[in-house]
Amino acid sequence: MSVLVYVEQVEGKFKKSVFEAVSYAKAIADQQGSSLAAISIGNVAESELKALGTYGASKVLTVSNDQLKNFVNQAYASIIAEAAGKENATVVVLSNSFSGKGLAPRIAVKLKAGLVDGAVELPQTASGKFLVKKTAFSGKAFAITELTSAVKIIALNPNAFGVKEASVDAVVEAFSPEVKSTDLNAIVKEIVRATNKVSLPDAELVVSAGRGLKGPENWGMIEELAGLLGAATACSKPVSDADWRPHSEHVGQTGIAISPNLYIAIGISGAIQHLAGVSSSKVIVVINKDPEAPFFKVADYGIVGDAFEVVPKLIETLKAHKG
Amino acid sequence: MKILVCISNVPDTTTKITFTNDNTQFNTAGVQFIVNPYDEIALSRAIELCEGGKGTVTVINVGESQTDPTIRKALAIGADDAVRINRAPRDAYYTAYQIAEYAKTTEFDIILCGRESIDYNGSQVAAMIGEFLDIPSVSIIKKLDYDGISATLEREIEGGKEIISITGKFVASCSEGTAEPKIPNMRGIMSARTKPLVVVEAKEIEQLTKVQQFETPAPRGAVKLVPAEEASKLIDLLHQEAKVI
Repeated sequence: MSVLVYVEQVEGKFKKSVFEAVSYAKAIADQQGSSLAAISIGNVAESELKALGTYGASKVLTVSNDQLKNFVNQAYASIIAEAAGKENATVVVLSNSFSGKGLAPRIAVKLKAGLVDGAVELPQTASGKFLVKKTAFSGKAFAITELTSAVKIIALNPNAFGVKEASVDAVVEAFSPEVKSTDLNAIVKEIVRATNKVSLPDAELVVSAGRGLKGPENWGMIEELAGLLGAATACSKPVSDADWRPHSEHVGQTGIAISPNLYIAIGISGAIQHLAGVSSSKVIVVINKDPEAPFFKVADYGIVGDAFEVVPKLIETLKAHKG
Repeated sequence: MKILVCISNVPDTTTKITFTNDNTQFNTAGVQFIVNPYDEIALSRAIELCEGGKGTVTVINVGESQTDPTIRKALAIGADDAVRINRAPRDAYYTAYQIAEYAKTTEFDIILCGRESIDYNGSQVAAMIGEFLDIPSVSIIKKLDYDGISATLEREIEGGKEIISITGKFVASCSEGTAEPKIPNMRGIMSARTKPLVVVEAKEIEQLTKVQQFETPAPRGAVKLVPAEEASKLIDLLHQEAKVI
């Protein structure tokens, strides 16, 4: 019996969300009294793989194969399912990232395993049942979900568990499963990645703005504030609908749901659909000139005031601190 | 070409979510149900691809007869016909299996879904259908070009996008950007009443997950207001009190 965690690499490196998934998987292994193995696919340096021991992985399987350089969920799912069998894994953990969402369901079907995605806490096993808490109704609720299958798969939400060190010595082992050609029918032609920006889904700090900004030309100060904080930028639905900002920045019920440590909402009134996507943020700051804006009801800190006066003051203060 | 579009029947986005029976069941009293907004995007793109007689769009739903109004809405938006698999959906595995089994009995080129349903927020069904049918699946796309044989898809990744090409059958789950949601017109609403809606029986398969209980998020304490003229104090509070920056 063991726990297997899939460690998603981006250009040969692991992100914080991966260390979080490893930390979470290690905690499950401890609950079970079993050990934790990780599986990496793609070209990653041995030192990076070894470093996963910091978070509790005692074994790291590495699949290095030019055909698998880019993410192809069919082939990746076959390999992870095979690794789960080889390691006799009863729980498989992944990050609930964009790739994780395309991968976990395929592994679930292969292993006939129940899958919970959007997990926010460690499994509860005291009742003899295997229960996992996950977000539901776009953040308006949580669903305690029982997994009744022999093998269980959990996709963990970013920022839900945190990174926890549990240093062990990781043994790196090459794994070379056969790759079926029929698993490689989807071909990645191009990857476009903005390297200078913080990615929104796993950002710890987010600065978001809405219609109160009046037009796309006014986003300069939002980007400046985000830049000073090291935060990602986001927006409300009307803003992305009006093409002031890209759809990929839209947070809310029909955009993406996020759970950063800090969410700063500027000129967003706080419609129920918007709140759904951001209500699991740890600290919420609302800046709005309307004191009746519903967003203030769910905020931790608020400023009733004009964004065009307040935001430059915040920028000035941050610059003064840095200087 | 023939496109299957999977649609889910979900509570309207403005619904206040409450539960009954000791928080074990979603309270449907007074709730308006709609076509899942992401499925509407998938449906709208399918209709665009088939415009001008290039193909037909079949919507497929796993649900009991109370989902028929939602299916009729999809027909009003412009689907040609509909299939309902007559069983309340149990979990994503169960639902995906039903759709895959139906797909095996019919001709189709591609299957489109929404990126997730706005009730259980699983992004599971599309990729599970792909696995049951052993065909490629691409989750969370924001662009789809398809000529009946080959497709170019744009998939969302953290901080960017990935461009993928596939020849042959596949399943994709659509997010914003793939299409502008279409609004039914009067002609669509009238013709939806007479478009074919076939009901087929579900196949047996076990469910692997089961929601035991719901919880609502803990309420936050009262907001701490900082006067606008002292905005710089906010930075101190976030640094020293909330300790988030």
